[in-house]
Amino acid sequence: MDKDRKFKSVLQYFVLAAGSVVMLVPFLWMILTAFKTASEATQMNPFIIFPSVWRKDAFLSVMSKMNFLRLYYNTLVLIIERVVCAVLTATMAGYAFGRLHFKGKNLAFSLVLFQMMVPSQIFIIPQYLMVGRLGLLNTSFGLLFPGLVTAFGTFLLRQAYMGLPASLEEAARLDGCNIGQAFLYVMAPLTKSSMVALGIFTALFAFKELMWPLVVNTEQNTMPLSAALAKLQGQFVTNYPELMAASLLACIPMVIIYLIFQKQFIEGIATSGGKL
Amino acid sequence: MNREKTVSRREKSEFLWGWLFLLPTMTGLIILNIIPIFQTIYQSFFKTGAFGKGNVFIGLGNYSKLLQDGTVWQALWNTFKYALVEVPFSIAIALVLAVILNGKIKGRSIWRTIYFLPMVAAPAAVAMVWRWLYNSEFGLINHLLNRIGLSSVNWISDPGIAYISVAIVGIWSVIGYNMVLFFAGLQEIPRDYYEAAEIDGAGGVKQFFYITLPLISPTMFFVTVTRVIGAMQVFDSIYMMMEKSNPALVKTQSLVYLFYKYSFVEGNKGYGSAIVMLLLLVILLITVIQLLCQKKWVNYN
Repeated sequence: MDKDRKFKSVLQYFVLAAGSVVMLVPFLWMILTAFKTASEATQMNPFIIFPSVWRKDAFLSVMSKMNFLRLYYNTLVLIIERVVCAVLTATMAGYAFGRLHFKGKNLAFSLVLFQMMVPSQIFIIPQYLMVGRLGLLNTSFGLLFPGLVTAFGTFLLRQAYMGLPASLEEAARLDGCNIGQAFLYVMAPLTKSSMVALGIFTALFAFKELMWPLVVNTEQNTMPLSAALAKLQGQFVTNYPELMAASLLACIPMVIIYLIFQKQFIEGIATSGGKL
Repeated sequence: MNREKTVSRREKSEFLWGWLFLLPTMTGLIILNIIPIFQTIYQSFFKTGAFGKGNVFIGLGNYSKLLQDGTVWQALWNTFKYALVEVPFSIAIALVLAVILNGKIKGRSIWRTIYFLPMVAAPAAVAMVWRWLYNSEFGLINHLLNRIGLSSVNWISDPGIAYISVAIVGIWSVIGYNMVLFFAGLQEIPRDYYEAAEIDGAGGVKQFFYITLPLISPTMFFVTVTRVIGAMQVFDSIYMMMEKSNPALVKTQSLVYLFYKYSFVEGNKGYGSAIVMLLLLVILLITVIQLLCQKKWVNYN
């Protein structure tokens, strides 16, 4: 029995470790390749794992082709705008859906659910034409556009408000708060963890989104990282150290933020679930 | 009388505040999502020339073209094949990992951090590094295969294999996400269930099938539904990994890839709209079937 248990425990660690190797190797290979020369990267006999000298040539070269400061800035602006819009609008709408009773609420909520069930590609052509008609292609507003409001976030916050006890609100009202004050001072602060979850979810989605930025912002200096990487590959298909250096530069900020706030990230995703 | 007045005043105030709070979201939703759905349907009845010129009404022309278009049906089949690989494997592997992590394991948060890492990487970067790993001449994977005496594989240019290679990237990317959701579900199963099973002499495998699986079925259902919808919309990895000249592209491109190609590369937004309507129909059908089947295996007690 004891031996059995020991074997089981060893097996479990083995499975976890083997899986981790598979998860990490692509990242390690990205790093190792980025510091090689192109000929080192494509040399087969002997196969080179570690660069003979850790060169930063690929980074310098790719940074001369892409303005990374600009790309970081564009991405950061997009993320901040999307998070602020999502959290603000969803907190308000979630409260109305979760706590108030009024005419038209169910119809409005069915629109929210409907939006969540429909594949998002169905909105893209009309959204693109709208941004074009407004003359806002290649602007940061264009990037933000589909994220001005969020059906998913509204749903998430509604669930959070529904989980709060009714007595709190009644107490606030008896104290003379109107609905707006009860929302602002009593109820909204209690949904902070859901707001954080929505914020993380929104930020991650904005960072990873590819098709919309490819469509709406085609000029280099208005693109976010994801679209710029896609364009880069089209231009320099074979220089692997450069492609890996660019990938690494694109991934590093989010990875660092993740490593610092991993608990919030993982819990945020676990509570928001959602569609990614 | 007085009381009625307060009630109706309160009703009125809830009505006003309610719609005030809903105003931004509902305005946005209607402009950004509801109207576009109708516009896409409308657009699908038109033939659009390049650069958005020449919007010609052709009735059901796009749909009859679509029905006869072999590449569209192939793309639908490709999308199914992709989903049939990605969804079961990403769920099964993630569930095993979550069960292990839910047991007595040291360094739980470190393992979790590692498995979740691909979730925070840009898909474009992920696709590029995998393309490099898959490279038939210089790639790490073929090198390792050769080392152990196997021959090289054309991972992304062999039409019979490329969809699996793309699905592997999908699995790798999403395992951590599924795992986190399963882990959260597992944490809600009371420990005493397992202790009771242990006393009754039920081993680990039995416990998994008689306790874990039934109790985690609601999470499983949620993950399956969302993963199937996600897999049916696969685009990023195919767009990034498959070049236009790739001989395997026809056997790998997904419906969304075709939608993007027709709508934004070739400028035929009418046909692109018809394709996305097909996607909508397929996703709705699959989701409805899953909802109907849910009674058979999902346990909500």
